[in-house]
Amino acid sequence: MSRRNHSEQGLLSVLGVVLKREFLSAYRSRQELANPLVFFIIVIVLFPLGVSPEPVFLSKAAAGLVWVAALLATMLSLDRLFQSDYDDGSLEQLVLCAQPLYLIVLIKSLIHWSLTGLPLIMLSPFLATMLHLEAQHLPVLMLTLLMGTPVISLIGGIGAALTVSLRSGGILISLLVLPLTIPVLIFGTGTVQSSIDGLSVAGHFSIMGMMLALALTLSPFAIAAALKISVSD
Amino acid sequence: MNWTWFYKLGSPKWFYETANKLLPWFLWIGVLMLVIGTVWGLVFAPEDYQQGNSFRIIYLHVPSAILAQSCYMMMAVAAIISLVWKMKLADMFIASAAPIGAAFTFLALFTGAVWGKPTWGTWWVWDARLTAMLVLLFLYFGVIALKSALENIDLASRASAILVLVGVVNIPIIKYSVEWWNTLHQPATFTLTEKPAMPPEMWMPLLVMVLGMYCFFTAVALMRMKNEILLRERRTKWVKTIISEDIKR
Repeated sequence: MSRRNHSEQGLLSVLGVVLKREFLSAYRSRQELANPLVFFIIVIVLFPLGVSPEPVFLSKAAAGLVWVAALLATMLSLDRLFQSDYDDGSLEQLVLCAQPLYLIVLIKSLIHWSLTGLPLIMLSPFLATMLHLEAQHLPVLMLTLLMGTPVISLIGGIGAALTVSLRSGGILISLLVLPLTIPVLIFGTGTVQSSIDGLSVAGHFSIMGMMLALALTLSPFAIAAALKISVSD
Repeated sequence: MNWTWFYKLGSPKWFYETANKLLPWFLWIGVLMLVIGTVWGLVFAPEDYQQGNSFRIIYLHVPSAILAQSCYMMMAVAAIISLVWKMKLADMFIASAAPIGAAFTFLALFTGAVWGKPTWGTWWVWDARLTAMLVLLFLYFGVIALKSALENIDLASRASAILVLVGVVNIPIIKYSVEWWNTLHQPATFTLTEKPAMPPEMWMPLLVMVLGMYCFFTAVALMRMKNEILLRERRTKWVKTIISEDIKR
């Protein structure tokens, strides 16, 4: 009994250390956290300027534009996920740690999401309003992002873990990950579209919930396996 | 059940020699069936009552689409074998098959576009099947890109095996997401459970083409695997002997 207690405490304290360390290192490189957000805003601004500033077109395209921009901004932030840990050797320590890597990478991915996905979600109603999306659909858009961006961070984590040993993994990560995120994009924008069409959105949200559940349970296995491979090099 | 054949797959040398023996069979039977199927399908099969002669591209379109998908499934099986039993040959198969699969996917998309123009009136629609195949093409590109980016062969083999498996998990999700999203493509021509909706004069040459394409795929995969084996095993004695004999000739 005492041994079991000990190991449980060990797990929690390891997760606590990881949590504290991630937030501290993020706080000390604040500018890097702001970059994906600025990128997100600029990409969205490009569309009214580049395609058409007409409210009719924009209100139809708003959900898709916000979603695509959020997807690209997350991709941009992904190579940060494991890169610095790999460079300073702390990733090896995490892999060697007696506690399950599965939970550690889950925590790391969720922190990554809370530092990139969450701010994007907070910004999205303002940008969607600038794109003339009606106010009643804003909560739906935010909820799809809330359920979808963690999936993108988790799937993206697989790509980041596979390419962490490469000097310039950035564009390769997008090449590996973007095809896998297409279902999230389809259902994310589809939900908002049904809401605009006045249809029920419950079914769409159930499917997004399914994808979130699958990503939360399965992708940490793949991330952990990929990290072990990358570190063993 | 006797598992010796499986253990033998652990030896690249044994596989190289067996591939040498099997290769001409697959190659010539494949080429023969493809020629017969093409002539039969393009010249002797009856015209479609709605689409006229334009339907004949089915004899190239369907076999390449079938191969594009089953090539990915074979790669997935190889990925499991490569991760579980660390068999070098399984990874060599993934490395050899990914470009072939990408080529078949491209061929299926291209012939589909050519077929779409006269029948749907457009080269491309954002239809479920088409989009899913496009995503499959990107998955192949991802595997190829990851393999070429990682220089350490051992690292590349395990990383790409994981990527292939992640893609497999995603394939049904992609398939159904795009299917519910938008669809125009007709349902599958061949299913295992039902009789084809076409008359036998039409589907017989198609069957010949599909089987021929499988033989052709096997032959090309064996050729590429042989090269891969020679490249990776270049430091072993038997490869050096083969190469030096080849140079003498």
